[in-house]
Amino acid sequence: MRIKRYDAAPPELDMTPMIDMTFQLICFFMVALSFDEADRSEKVRLPSSELAKPADAPFELPITLQLTREGTVLYAGEELALANLGSRLVNEVQVMERLGKHPADATVIIRADGDAPTGKVQELIQACQERRFEIFALRARQEQG
Amino acid sequence: MRIRKSIGALPDKIDLQMTPMIDVVFQLLIFFIFSFKIVVQEGDFNIKMPIAGGAAMNTDVLPPFKVRLVAAEDGKLRGIELDGQPIDSFQSLHEQIIARIGVDAPASLKESAEVELDCDYGLHYRHVIDAITACSGYVAPDGNIVKLIEKIRLAPPQK
Repeated sequence: MRIKRYDAAPPELDMTPMIDMTFQLICFFMVALSFDEADRSEKVRLPSSELAKPADAPFELPITLQLTREGTVLYAGEELALANLGSRLVNEVQVMERLGKHPADATVIIRADGDAPTGKVQELIQACQERRFEIFALRARQEQG
Repeated sequence: MRIRKSIGALPDKIDLQMTPMIDVVFQLLIFFIFSFKIVVQEGDFNIKMPIAGGAAMNTDVLPPFKVRLVAAEDGKLRGIELDGQPIDSFQSLHEQIIARIGVDAPASLKESAEVELDCDYGLHYRHVIDAITACSGYVAPDGNIVKLIEKIRLAPPQK
């Protein structure tokens, strides 16, 4: 039997749906990605609370201090002993005053590990109070379920 | 003047080179996939604590509730006291707070009420957050947060 040969054009793949999907995925990841990971160390496991809801508006002058379970402080990407934090806070206050702000207007966000001793948290607060910080935000993670 | 047609007949279909674009798009996608991390939502308990501890005390309507948290050797919670009275759990503490100020209390009363947390030095910090949660409010069945006491402060540390 003789088979007839057709001179058809080479088949073309339709790429449009794939490109659409890929762009949608990129958009999703771009929107969902957060770059503020520097303020969320893996070393700190926050305690949970059912009342911990994200704030409606960001703080005007936030300073994030993280306290590990060993009692060290993570500040500006460095791990410091609690005793060495004071000098760093003095620098922070000086910068603030040059900008015409007062430390009492700043909010110190405290991200302390759930297993950290409460006394260390209190010492951290005291160190801030000595540098005229007054407003504190104790951070907790939202309870699941 | 006659314009010469130097261009030959245009092809029926212009082929766009999609390969470089798809390469870049896939690289972007891979970058975002690898840098993506599911982050748990976080919230704050706001407290105002000026250095003069006594200055924040409010004696307008109610004296501050004194909540004492006693720690065991290993930092776990051993006991809770409210104004010197032992309490068995944070749920009971929550109920006591509601009984004292009332759910339907006027906003002025809730605003003036204050809690002072006196905790042992070695107590795990998570118990402090539990105590603050018990005192500061609860989640209503409709999902909204009902606030109880917003003024919370920690007593000075003591070893």
